[in-house]
Amino acid sequence: MKLLIANGYVIDPTQGINGGRDVLIEDGRVVALSKSGDGAHEGAEVFDATGLIVAPGFIDLHTHLREPGQEYKETIASGAAAAVAGGFTSVCAMPNTDPVNDNAAVTSFIVEQSEGIKLANVFPVGAITKGSRGEELAEMGEMKRAGIVAVTDDGRAVPSPGLMRRALEYARGFDLTVMDHCEDKSLAAGGVMHEGEWSLRLGLRGSPALAEESDAARDCALAELTGARVHLAHVSTRGAIEAVRRAKERGAQVSCEVAPHHFTLTDAACEGYDTNTKMNPPLRSREHLDVILEAIADGTIDAIATDHAPHHADEKALEFDHAPFGITGLETAVGLALDRLVHTGKISLERLVELFSVNPARIFRLEGRGTLRAGAWGDVTILDPDLNWTFDAARSKSKSRNTPFDGWTLRGAAVATIVAGRVVFTRDEVKAARSGGV
Amino acid sequence: MEFVEKARIMDGMRINRALARLASEIVEENHGAGHLYLVGIQRRGVPLANRLADKIADLEGERPPVGVVDITLYRDDLSTVGANPIVNRTDLPIDVEGRNVLLIDDVLYTGRTIRAALDQLIDFGRPRRVQLAVLIDRGKEHRELPIQADFVGKFVPTKKSEIIKVMLDDIDGEEAVAIVERPPAEES
Amino acid sequence: MKATLKQKNLLGIRGMSAGEITHVLDTAENFREISEREIKKVPTLRGRTVINLFFEPSTRTRTSFEIAGKRLSADVINISSSSSSVTKGETLLDTARNLEAMSPDIIIIRHPSSGAPHQLARVCRASIVNAGDGAHEHPTQALLDALTIRQHKGGFERLRVAILGDILHSRVARSNAHLLTTLGATVALAGPGTLAPPEFASLVEGGSLRVERRIEDAVADADVVMVLRIQRERQDKAFLPSLREYAVHFGLTRKRLSLARPDVIVLHPGPMNRGIEIASDVADGSRSLILDQVANGLAVRMAVLYLLGGGAATTTPNTNPVSQVKSENESATTQAEQLKFAVTAGGSEGSSS
Repeated sequence: MKLLIANGYVIDPTQGINGGRDVLIEDGRVVALSKSGDGAHEGAEVFDATGLIVAPGFIDLHTHLREPGQEYKETIASGAAAAVAGGFTSVCAMPNTDPVNDNAAVTSFIVEQSEGIKLANVFPVGAITKGSRGEELAEMGEMKRAGIVAVTDDGRAVPSPGLMRRALEYARGFDLTVMDHCEDKSLAAGGVMHEGEWSLRLGLRGSPALAEESDAARDCALAELTGARVHLAHVSTRGAIEAVRRAKERGAQVSCEVAPHHFTLTDAACEGYDTNTKMNPPLRSREHLDVILEAIADGTIDAIATDHAPHHADEKALEFDHAPFGITGLETAVGLALDRLVHTGKISLERLVELFSVNPARIFRLEGRGTLRAGAWGDVTILDPDLNWTFDAARSKSKSRNTPFDGWTLRGAAVATIVAGRVVFTRDEVKAARSGGV
Repeated sequence: MEFVEKARIMDGMRINRALARLASEIVEENHGAGHLYLVGIQRRGVPLANRLADKIADLEGERPPVGVVDITLYRDDLSTVGANPIVNRTDLPIDVEGRNVLLIDDVLYTGRTIRAALDQLIDFGRPRRVQLAVLIDRGKEHRELPIQADFVGKFVPTKKSEIIKVMLDDIDGEEAVAIVERPPAEES
Repeated sequence: MKATLKQKNLLGIRGMSAGEITHVLDTAENFREISEREIKKVPTLRGRTVINLFFEPSTRTRTSFEIAGKRLSADVINISSSSSSVTKGETLLDTARNLEAMSPDIIIIRHPSSGAPHQLARVCRASIVNAGDGAHEHPTQALLDALTIRQHKGGFERLRVAILGDILHSRVARSNAHLLTTLGATVALAGPGTLAPPEFASLVEGGSLRVERRIEDAVADADVVMVLRIQRERQDKAFLPSLREYAVHFGLTRKRLSLARPDVIVLHPGPMNRGIEIASDVADGSRSLILDQVANGLAVRMAVLYLLGGGAATTTPNTNPVSQVKSENESATTQAEQLKFAVTAGGSEGSSS
């Protein structure tokens, strides 16, 4: 099966390509890039990408698919559908399912489920500790054989520095990246939003930035000590970013990701007590958001990851104190990044592709992804950076609607998603414009 | 609210003469000032009640007690007025029980204010009798309830589209009674 | 002339103007005499349904609202739940929807979670009165405190107020801080270091709110001293070593009170822990207006019910979505725009391979 993506503007930082190219994909793999117009091929389906950006498929390092165990919030199928609708060709599924993905059986289940669905690639991430309880190591070797690409106890940190050290050393042996959710629970002290001016005003328990910063510093130091690969999930604070920067300067293998809500909203959004502004780590004050914007531009932050966390409406309808943490994010991430980072002149489109594709593939060692080299997987994300669109949560492909971005108008979107050479998603606007094309 | 004043029908001197006549009628009808209790209805009934009390004191040598009531909380139209009217002071220093209460207001129009004042008085006790004195009576055809004044300063027949504006020094800085045209979109 | 509260709800003092606050106080002042009549009732809210929805035990405030509603001839219904949605099984919003189906005019809610009244306001057409939500606000308490202060001090301009105790967890402190500073007073807060964080001063802009480390520095020269209740559980969660230590170092004793102005008045929202946050002789002393506060509480609550409930609530609930935050640099020409031109011009490159 052949697919030719013609007349598009290709951005592939791994090959230093930034210009008009045609992309030929055959049997799920990239065959070659050729000069625009030269790529016509016998028997190939043609996707006309005139006026659009063609990038290696976007990869979300941090998605909660909720299956097995909480299928009322999301399933692998609905999550994958939301992913491709948001322009993601691959998602990495977090292990805090029920049961927790801390053994090969659960890993295999997830792999089988996702293969049947044939939308986005789903890469399971295994737990660091059994049940993510932070006590005993989980069977990383077995899980790796079954298909995990990294390990994390996301939802919580590994509280004991000593155990975290063992986890890093052990994971290193299997060449697995350890992703950590940095949060010292004793400092967080049950906080439901950022501790600052707004938590005081709203009378809500606050979690200080230090709760994240202290764990981040610990993890960076352990990365240096053990030589393991450490990836900090959803960084939201100045201190965590500074720790990453220093660690990188000293040659430690540390990387980090940021979620779109942390470069878009501050804790002021919590006024009104909308539980769609409650997530962990929480929305921070302006000062932290500014540091994040700088770090996205200067390379300290390696990736944008959604931390897509679907919750049922009934659960989010509880009091702010009791509602679960988290918002969805797969369908708004790319739009927010284009609108808030590219169109404000903070980063280039090339940098955007690094953040969504090149770096994620590198961080989790996903072979043949994040690039359009010959032989790479035919995963492609097509962008229209100038499309003005309004996000309507009611029409989301996710089962859940817990988002603060409902009704937002954004400039820029992923308009088509191609996985292993098959077009698995096209936006309505693009479908209408391309009669007879795909 | 912008009014268009059409005519001034009383000035300070005429108001004063009307009050003097009312005071005489009141003591004649009540055979003296004995059990009288003057109750002014907020807002302009209050200065009027005090002036009448002074004039009765001149005539009879004793000044009847004066109280004030704000009838806002007894209105029958609160749910239709939208924003709530301001509540002023109610102060009845003497018990109404067994007294000849004389309610005093500036203008008698539909009678609903007086109905509210009667309900309020009854909540305070059982007067021996209640009478009504007003400076201006706008005429029987406007009445929406069977209420009449016992003592009237001046009858002024008016149209529904008109308002009688009583101005007193204590509240408005001048003394006059004027007929004004109701601005078109106003609600009563 | 008519005047009213601009909102259909009373969720907090923050956001009310000095004019609105004063209007409530003036109205409350005129409601006081009703409680001195023999027939303590006016027909104003006849036929209106007022629901007291209390998720925290509170006989005092609930009774105050109940009597206030009844003296206005409203039908008052008390619903208490001693636990929150989570343990009870029915969510707050389900409770609210069920009530809404019976068309109440006013719902008074006290809840342990900040923001619960706001959630109700999104769902219910009734006017919502916040009787205390978590650590956020307790507006009628601040209003009755203000009325009490005004009766004894005449006004608020340049008045010095000290609020002492567990500021961090206190909705009374927050509401009072907003109200008093809005009316022109300066407020000094003080308490143990764990319970009176210096950051609290930023609650109100303009510098009229400050945090002192020592009780003595807050009480010095004060015209009004407000004492907050200290809760035993603060000791359990490592905020305090013991209540005894609190009483010795932070309690309002006669000696500490003598640092204030000679005509200082003392307020306490109640119920008091005698001998802990306030010495018995201070509580019972001539400077203490704790019982006045109760009488004023009734008048204030009647005024609030009147101002919210006299007119039927016809507005639709405010659904309050998180509003879109404007992006900066909206007019910056970016690489993306330049690329677009390049792309449509037939594929000439930027940097080529």
